Amino acid sequence: MSSTRQIEDLLRDLAPQVLAALVRRDGDFDSCEDAVQEALVAATAQWPTHGLPRNPKGWLITAATRRRIELWRNEAARHRREEVAASLDPASQDPGPTVDDTLSLLFLCCHPSLTPVSQVALTLRAVGGLQTAEIARAFLVPEATVAQRISRAKQRIKDSGAEFRMPPPTDRPARIAAVLRVLYLVFNEGYTASSGPDLLRVELTAEAIRLARQLHAILPEDGEVAGLLALMLLTDARRPARMGPDGGLVPLAEQDRSLWDAGTIAEGIELVRDALTRHPIGPYQLQAAIAAAHDEARRAEETDWLEILGLYGLLETMAPGPIVTLNRIVAVAMVHGPRIALDELAIAEADPALTGHHRVDAVRAHLLETAGDVEAARASYRLAARRTLSIPEQRYLESRAARLAAASGGHEG
Amino acid sequence: MKYLVLIYHNPQSQQLWEAFTEAQRAEGLELYAALNRELTGSGELIAAEALADPSLVKRVSTAEGRPMATDGPLAEVKEQLAGFYFVECESTERAIAIAGRIPESRFGLVEVRPIMTYNGLDV
Repeated sequence: MSSTRQIEDLLRDLAPQVLAALVRRDGDFDSCEDAVQEALVAATAQWPTHGLPRNPKGWLITAATRRRIELWRNEAARHRREEVAASLDPASQDPGPTVDDTLSLLFLCCHPSLTPVSQVALTLRAVGGLQTAEIARAFLVPEATVAQRISRAKQRIKDSGAEFRMPPPTDRPARIAAVLRVLYLVFNEGYTASSGPDLLRVELTAEAIRLARQLHAILPEDGEVAGLLALMLLTDARRPARMGPDGGLVPLAEQDRSLWDAGTIAEGIELVRDALTRHPIGPYQLQAAIAAAHDEARRAEETDWLEILGLYGLLETMAPGPIVTLNRIVAVAMVHGPRIALDELAIAEADPALTGHHRVDAVRAHLLETAGDVEAARASYRLAARRTLSIPEQRYLESRAARLAAASGGHEG
Repeated sequence: MKYLVLIYHNPQSQQLWEAFTEAQRAEGLELYAALNRELTGSGELIAAEALADPSLVKRVSTAEGRPMATDGPLAEVKEQLAGFYFVECESTERAIAIAGRIPESRFGLVEVRPIMTYNGLDV
């Protein structure tokens, strides 16, 4: 008998295929998606005890079709359509090609008429095969809230007239970018939250990587898809070293690099090298290249900061943003020294996007500490700690401040 | 981003509410009901509750491992917490817009406070 874990993996792989088969036959994404969700719930309950059906995909298509007919019956006055549907033998339907189907589903779930939060929830359910309760747990919100977001998202898709088919070629780059953004959000939510109290959330990183792998298999010639997958792998590879025994964040420079996952790093480096040589450069490839430069250094002192500085310079041109600017300034400090970096920080701070941002104070604290200005560094760490919204980051910043207080004679300032 | 939208009452707002006619009160309550419907529909609402009167507050301290309760709120201030909305929305601007829909905002008695997360960037 298969383990519950294997059954869950199988169900998640089948979810988009089953949904696509139903939508292609019946056309109505909204009710098909509800029916597939219920079929998945039924399978999760039955398969572990009754065993795997001989044709799991056929079983799910049949169960979802029956459920959909029930939903119809409840609505009444749809007799004719119901008879037509009931006369079909759903399991014998050819599910057809699945590769483009998954992509079409991703495009639909990441439709530009939806808010990012809704795109994430709908993608995880319709393409990822996650159940509403699992999504709710992962994002620390009530199940009813997630259910509402999903039903609202489907209503918006309906209102916008979007359909289950490939968008025209001219729209595709923007639509792919939206899908990548959603996968990136899912990954980040899982990765950064892995220091939180709920270890279940770590599964979001695995889910994001799984979906990115699927997307890369569908679009092997898209350099940014490869770049995002590489970025996820190269970041996730460091996860075992990211948290200390006390549960606090360990900065990159102090991580035990022997804990990094060498196999995942090798795969990520291969992916990003290949992408950079064969495709036009893009922001995800650049971020992956930066992650690769860190991962390639066996000791922190061996990090090629000159290369990283160059990559951040390119990234700032292609995809400017406050966090990119701050990271580039950290690289400036490593190459040209903290004083020059502090001067750049003072200029960058005038940007409204950075004014009052706690990361400015955190970077300033780090630069001042490197420059040997202990008092000012400590004050900046404290200011950053007060302003951050992240509990793990707050703990880290407070411990840096405390360490400096101890180093300068132990008095509190 | 998650936010707690805090609603306070003070003696003036309490007096005003008590002086309202039935119709005015119903109108006020409908403003809340409409906001609840909208936030539920948009998937932004996590929870919303009204709090019991401050006179029912128990202040708790611990002595020798045992909890001790005394009557009345912690701080002797005029503004007392009366209710809250716990929402998740796209931006601080949106949270402020939600807060602006609460009737007490006309008296400056509503606060928007971000919730801390366990998300942490790599350092």
